[in-house]
Amino acid sequence: MIEFTFWDILRNLLLAARWTVALSVAAFAGGAIVGLMILFLRISKNRWAVRFASGYIALFQGTPLLMQLFLMFFGLPMLGFRIEPWTAAVLGLTLFASAYLAEIWRSGVDALPRGQWDAGASLGLHYLQELRLIILPQAFSITRAPIVGFLVQLIKATALTSIIGFEELVRTSNAINNATFEPFTVYGLVALIFFVMCFPLTQYARILEARTGVR
Amino acid sequence: MGYSLDFGWLNEALGAIARGAAMTVLLIAVTTVVGTVLSVVGAAARRSRYRLLRQAVTVYVEVVRNTPFLVQLFFIFFGLPALGIRLDPVVAAMLAMTLNMAAYTTEIVGAGLDAVPKGQSEAALALGLRPRQVFVKIVLPQAMKVIYPALTSQIVIMMLESAVVSQIAVRELTYEADMLQARTYRAFETYLIVTLVYLALSVVLRRLLVAGGRRVLGAGVS
Repeated sequence: MIEFTFWDILRNLLLAARWTVALSVAAFAGGAIVGLMILFLRISKNRWAVRFASGYIALFQGTPLLMQLFLMFFGLPMLGFRIEPWTAAVLGLTLFASAYLAEIWRSGVDALPRGQWDAGASLGLHYLQELRLIILPQAFSITRAPIVGFLVQLIKATALTSIIGFEELVRTSNAINNATFEPFTVYGLVALIFFVMCFPLTQYARILEARTGVR
Repeated sequence: MGYSLDFGWLNEALGAIARGAAMTVLLIAVTTVVGTVLSVVGAAARRSRYRLLRQAVTVYVEVVRNTPFLVQLFFIFFGLPALGIRLDPVVAAMLAMTLNMAAYTTEIVGAGLDAVPKGQSEAALALGLRPRQVFVKIVLPQAMKVIYPALTSQIVIMMLESAVVSQIAVRELTYEADMLQARTYRAFETYLIVTLVYLALSVVLRRLLVAGGRRVLGAGVS
């Protein structure tokens, strides 16, 4: 039997936390790309595109993330993909994030006065130029606080990938707990590590929120 | 490739799915009631005269909001027995869900309390109501009306997040799905059906909450 000291536990948890960070970054980047596409559909003038995007967003916001991960994990192999926990985790969280990011950005686009579009059109810009030069920069800028807030939510959501077997912080902590029988210490430390990652972002979101409130 | 979806198992599984859904509904019902009461107390405590009380609530809210629900659940279910507090899985799940939701709704209720104009409580005090009456009869109903949509969303989110409590063997919807797919070897189909059940639950729950809110808090609740 190997003896674990407190530092062994902490060291192993911190090493595993790298995967939590990597997964959060990958899912946020992927979610931003897919989310941008969903946003384009959502704010387009085509009725079917709008309907599809709304349905997509409602689907991901109306079902548990755990179910989405399970469907990804068990569903993709049926389509012939060899799938591993990492792939399922990244894809699952990417789609999850894309729905939320698209919805947040859409609220930003909706919040802009109609005159912004009209002014763009009167300057002779076509639709894509209006979006790129006028609408999106403003929409991104006023939604920065909720986006950072969602990032916190995403970091916490990575904990669920432990259930489909992705070796991140929580899964490692389960293994360590099984070896040490010190659940209080182990899960306490895991909570602390998550807190250290999330709290600064929460505070940052608050600062951003206060700033946009003033303007 | 040749994989075809098979729902032949569904007929016999309906009972298990219904039982699981009933447990999920029970969990969220208890969480909603206790969590809302707790968050009113929390929000009031955060605005009280006592600094220590205010700080305690702030710490609680920040700790819960910045850690994953799954870790909170494991901490309560596996960690607390080390201190001699042993909980039944269902009780542990209810406790974890309530504490989690209350942290979010404390902020929401607090925002509602701040949104009620100060003149309202001043007027009530001038009419001779005691401070507690002012809070319960004048300020709180108006605050609830303002925050009701946000509260509803939070309850639905919590219902969806309750899927996680299957991990401590609470026999709710996800747990039943896990059992079913282990028996039928039809993992994708099982989770697909259960996902749709969750979707239906979230739609129905939202409708019910909105209708209930209209009845209790009066018109104008969306």
